[in-house]
Amino acid sequence: MISIEDIKKPENIAYRRPALLTDNVMHYCPGCSHGTVHKIVAEVIEEMGIQEKTVGICPVGCSVFAYNYIDIDWQEAAHGRAPALATATKRLCPDKYVFTYQGDGDLASIGTAEIIHACARGENIVVIFINNGIYGMTGGQMAPTTLLGMKTSTTPYGRDAKLNGFPLVIADMIAHLDGTAYITRQSVHTAPAVRKAKSAIRKAFEYSQMGVGLSFVEIVSTCNSGWKLSPVEANKWMVEHMFPKYPIGDIKDVPAGR
Amino acid sequence: MAEKILMKGNEAIAISAIRNGVDGYFGYPITPQSEVMETLMKEKPWETTGMVVLQAESETSSINMIYGGASCGKKVMTSSSSPGISLMCEGISYIAGAELPCVVVDVMRGGPGLGTIQPSQSDYNQIVKGGGHGDYHNIVLAPASAQDMYDFIDWGFDLAFKYRTPVVILADGIIGQMMEKVELHPMKPRRTAEEILKAAPWATTGKTADRERNIITSLSLDADIQEKFNRKLQAKYAVIEENEVKFSEYLTEDAEYVFVAFGCSSRICEAVVDGLREEGIKAGLLRPITLYPFPEKEIARLATQVKSMMSVELNLGQMVHDVRLAAGGKCPVGFYGRQGGNIYTPEEISAEFKKFNGLE
Repeated sequence: MISIEDIKKPENIAYRRPALLTDNVMHYCPGCSHGTVHKIVAEVIEEMGIQEKTVGICPVGCSVFAYNYIDIDWQEAAHGRAPALATATKRLCPDKYVFTYQGDGDLASIGTAEIIHACARGENIVVIFINNGIYGMTGGQMAPTTLLGMKTSTTPYGRDAKLNGFPLVIADMIAHLDGTAYITRQSVHTAPAVRKAKSAIRKAFEYSQMGVGLSFVEIVSTCNSGWKLSPVEANKWMVEHMFPKYPIGDIKDVPAGR
Repeated sequence: MAEKILMKGNEAIAISAIRNGVDGYFGYPITPQSEVMETLMKEKPWETTGMVVLQAESETSSINMIYGGASCGKKVMTSSSSPGISLMCEGISYIAGAELPCVVVDVMRGGPGLGTIQPSQSDYNQIVKGGGHGDYHNIVLAPASAQDMYDFIDWGFDLAFKYRTPVVILADGIIGQMMEKVELHPMKPRRTAEEILKAAPWATTGKTADRERNIITSLSLDADIQEKFNRKLQAKYAVIEENEVKFSEYLTEDAEYVFVAFGCSSRICEAVVDGLREEGIKAGLLRPITLYPFPEKEIARLATQVKSMMSVELNLGQMVHDVRLAAGGKCPVGFYGRQGGNIYTPEEISAEFKKFNGLE
């Protein structure tokens, strides 16, 4: 009979926490997608062996403290400006892997000019875009990506197109720009989805050293506190409501001929 | 003999950046300073020194590119003019808060609002008192010639890295557009990666096993930590005030009247002093070269020597408040200014001076 001690051997370990995730306790709410995305970003950097060559740029929003969780050098940007910081960092240090990590308020609202022009210039950076359709950190206000009819603290009766305009589908918008190389939309609500999202992030990091232009990985995400749903209900709601507007899959992959 | 070339003040900024080992320039066109980026693009320094030059989509983006570049320990700079500088003030506050070094050139034009495109000094308060939100200072250098524009780039980066703080070269449309002979100093190479590690061990150069990760941020949610940080900044400013004040004087030794003027106004006031001296009036000039730190000790000393002072500025009276504070009521301090892009003649200033002092 095999004992537990026989099984607990290094060669039998199928999964462990990436060493690049720090011991700091994450401030994210239970069920939030940020923790999972942080983990797969840390795994990609670790597996590629590029810790010494990676610079991350944090946004303003829930992931403002991303620098507390992944053990690499970080710059904390002003709200929406991360692509500008990344542009200069990459151009001045072309051997570095440079990525921004931004939410929907940061990237698709106040930072629209910065992301559009970083894409148009074809900056060789990675953009990880967390789209949960709401401002999490400030208490659940309407985001540019909030769905029509969706209730937030500034659309208490649901987003009304006449009053609040329409959701911004930023990944589709930037797909038209010649400077973007790779645009994909992923999620992290199931184990297969996490694996696909991780592959996409790895591909984006690899492309960023090929001089082919900007790589953009959107992660359609949940915000349990903002949506006022349990983690399980939030995942279900995301599949039923967010995915039809923000469909999962590759939008553009120039190096792969797509 | 060193090479001397006739060039605009704005061109001197660009040439100096290339020759002094600047790593990157990020800017956005605005009159009256567009020659800075135009000259850089024409010179193509990326083919010679490896300097990066990029036209950004806005001043907001430019200053945030500076934030990113400075975070990497690189010597990075931008330039703009008054309305563009207003857009950059958010970023300058972040740069001060994150204790990053950089050089910003402000070639002032008349305001408020879109204002005029002619020369002005009406952004003294904005830049000398900070500009963005929060308790911070910029080191502010006031050039009065194309040569100063050239020289202050290197000096500015020395100060910026010494104190990890933004340095603003506060010029005006006259200094930017005027052509003068500029003496070029020997080329300084850009810093190597090893030199950057030594000069900026705090920079995001990639986390290595021998150190903790470097985080560039101006965020703290804890009031006590923020207060402690602000006190640290104030302590730094006290050292700057003690060590970095720079000014020049013209015929102040026996002066009974002293003009205080910076930038282009100090050039004009030299002619005023000469004219008054010819009339037998013992006038002199104090030119603050650093506006922050301000030469308050020297003004306090002169205030006990002279009958009066007069601050002459291309604005409605901004620096005059600092002159009065420094003079501490020891002598009357008058003011004369023109606005909106208009410039005074020496005769005009001389007449105002006589009116103020009852010498008509």
